[in-house]
Amino acid sequence: MSTEIAPVEDPGLPAHIHRKADHDPVAEKKAERQVAILFALSALGTVLMIYSYIFIPGDKFIFLPIMGNTNASQLFLGIGMAASLFFIGMGAIQWARTLMPDNEVIAQRHEMRSSDEDRADFVDTVKERAGTAGLGRRPLIKRSLGLALGLVGLSPVLLLRDLGPLPKMELSQTSWRAGTRLVTDPGDRPIKPSDLEVGAVAQVLPELAKGQERTLADIGKDAVLLIRIRPQDFQLSPEKLSWTHEGIIAFSKICSHMGCAIALYEQQTKHLLCPCHQSTFDVTRGAKVIFGPAARPLPQLALSLDAEGYLVARQPFAEPVGPSFWERSS
Amino acid sequence: MTARERIAGTVANYVDERTGAAKWLKKNLTKVFPDHWSFMLGEIALYSFVILLLSGTFLTFWFDPSQKEVIYNGSYQPLSGLKMSAAYESTLHISFDVRGGLLMRQIHHWAALIFLAAIVVHLLRVYFTGAFRKPREFNWILGVGLLTLGIVEGFLGYSLPDDLLSGTGIRIAEAIIQALPVVGSYLAYFAFGGAFPGEAFIPRIYTVHILLLPGIFLALITVHLMLVWYQKHTQYPGPGRTEKNVVGYPLMPVYMAKAGGFFFIVFGITAFLGAVASINPIWLYGPYTPGQISAGSQPDWYMGWLDGLVRMAPPLETHAFGHTISWNILIPGLIIPGIMFTGLALYPFIESWITGDKREHHLLDRPRNVPNRTALGVMALTFTLIGLINGGNDIIATHFHLTINQIMWFSRIGIIVLPPIAFVITKRICLSLQRADRELVLHGRETGRLIRLPHGEFVEVHEPLNQEQMWKLTQHEQTPALALPETDNAGVRRPKSITSKLRARMSRAATEQVAKPTSDDIKAIEHH
Repeated sequence: MSTEIAPVEDPGLPAHIHRKADHDPVAEKKAERQVAILFALSALGTVLMIYSYIFIPGDKFIFLPIMGNTNASQLFLGIGMAASLFFIGMGAIQWARTLMPDNEVIAQRHEMRSSDEDRADFVDTVKERAGTAGLGRRPLIKRSLGLALGLVGLSPVLLLRDLGPLPKMELSQTSWRAGTRLVTDPGDRPIKPSDLEVGAVAQVLPELAKGQERTLADIGKDAVLLIRIRPQDFQLSPEKLSWTHEGIIAFSKICSHMGCAIALYEQQTKHLLCPCHQSTFDVTRGAKVIFGPAARPLPQLALSLDAEGYLVARQPFAEPVGPSFWERSS
Repeated sequence: MTARERIAGTVANYVDERTGAAKWLKKNLTKVFPDHWSFMLGEIALYSFVILLLSGTFLTFWFDPSQKEVIYNGSYQPLSGLKMSAAYESTLHISFDVRGGLLMRQIHHWAALIFLAAIVVHLLRVYFTGAFRKPREFNWILGVGLLTLGIVEGFLGYSLPDDLLSGTGIRIAEAIIQALPVVGSYLAYFAFGGAFPGEAFIPRIYTVHILLLPGIFLALITVHLMLVWYQKHTQYPGPGRTEKNVVGYPLMPVYMAKAGGFFFIVFGITAFLGAVASINPIWLYGPYTPGQISAGSQPDWYMGWLDGLVRMAPPLETHAFGHTISWNILIPGLIIPGIMFTGLALYPFIESWITGDKREHHLLDRPRNVPNRTALGVMALTFTLIGLINGGNDIIATHFHLTINQIMWFSRIGIIVLPPIAFVITKRICLSLQRADRELVLHGRETGRLIRLPHGEFVEVHEPLNQEQMWKLTQHEQTPALALPETDNAGVRRPKSITSKLRARMSRAATEQVAKPTSDDIKAIEHH
């Protein structure tokens, strides 16, 4: 390790420079007044806060430049509170800077490590104590203790098992069945193809049976986007094309990347965009991923009409919707 | 003896007879702390934590961490009659019907942003000045732990109100859990008590957010501060400051007033922000439902770089043997952050292995004098910053009239290309600054004053530096690279020679420097 002698000598701590308030009584008085004024401003802040809490009604709004319409009670309460705290701090620091001693002090450091003597004593103590416990001489105790501690460590894992049910097949299933009607969300009205103009997009859910409740978990898997374009714009396999109806195509609204709702539809380009991570899907090519991190197209829901002419699912989703998971096979 | 002195004496006597505190206090009230603005960064983090505890406690008095469905009929008319969770409803109640409630919510959220910003900037200060070196490696690891937990705590906090934005964040967290190979869907079902979103998650993370993590924070912060106290603070180099001493002001009264006062200043500024700067206006987002989303969904800044990494990930998934592995989630969401935080935590040990330096250090480095470390830090920052920029790509696109594709491709290429470039440039700048220091010591400061010599030549007058300035520029030590022979005395290749080759190479890179002036150099100049 090179410890080349420094080319310049350490000149040592520079001489202390006195402040004005150290020797001038007028400056000292002035500093004292400044500190007192700062503390007084804090007190005023608290007064403003109390006034705002009691006298400004909660529904009073005032207009401020930049901020726009602002709730007066919250604003003045906050400004009062800010002042009451801030000026205590300013006062204390002004006090420390102008009136408290500003002589720098030198303290010595000591190496962290214990002295050799202490270390030797420590080692002796540990050896002696461990020897009296005889852990090294009693392998049976050591091993059985290891076993017991290891098993005890398992109990939290065991006890947390009931946090939730097993997923079983749930991640792969939705409420869509063959013949389930598509209903508007919100509104729960069934939809006829004539309700959708070319270029239109609608969010739909499966129709509920009487007395059935829809949970958020259902919406998280069942939400579907219905889009109508000109039939000749589709570039789909014959099978996927047969799942559309007169230019109406249905995709899961839950992003195949991380499960966000896909809410942005660009009518001109016929692209769907996920606002979370900007995965972009091309509607004409069966929601093929054309940009972004998503690795799979959005699952397509096969459509047909029921006897009354309403749109229904022809069959359940052919693959799981939403983000990938280990048990997913495609 | 005045009456006041008598009372104080009685109290002190009572306490000391039971605790023996006088001896400890006598020693520690005069404890010396070095003064520098950058030493306040950690203080800001500490004070923000106290503000978070105080404002957070206030919020718990009204917040109802329940996902049970209720119908809203509070005073915020636009949401009247809507179905929502009790968590969202109670957050609206705090915001509109509790006096000072919105203020406290905003103070709490601002304090969280400041807490994490202060931790990050404090970490950068510690890193770039080498304050993590022996004996402070434990404290560095504690700090990295606090940063990691802070990010988790912040995420859980803004997930609690169950508004449309926070619900979307939870949805993404669920997708990350679900993406874990083998155990993913099981863990997700356990965490959420069944299918997402269920009714269990917010009550659970509430307990973690207000009890478990704050408890761990308190414990870690206490140990962090005790170590600072016990090991004594580092100091910047300067005249009179050595590895063996600590120069500064005593705790009582100067530091008590300054640090105590600073707490109030931080609290005051946070309160001011809470009063005038709207943050997380959850009433504009509406209640969470998995079927809806708002454009421009953004996490808080400390999650932004992770979100940016996820956004730029290529669409990679493996499907084999009836199973799926989502590399597009695992790599940016878990593997890269895992490597980054592990590397961060281990950095002190890696550096000491490279330099072979096992001594204690209490004098801080000037970043330019350790070009390799500084360059590595800037490289990591560049990487994170590009992640952060891409995390805001939708906002940037609308503000600067760019397309998402342009920003995404900039980030995808930039995150690979720009960090090494940043490394090289930073290292060059550091070496140039060293050269400038050397010039300054040898030739003094350029005064800008031109004089004409008798024979007509014009020269600029250089003013020599004073002793204190010279000392500051030359006090650092310059160590040579480690000499690690690949063969032993008999010429036989040593085992592990690849590791030692690597180590020697890194050591050479780490010790690349401009030689500081020697006393002979200075003497030679003086004789001119």
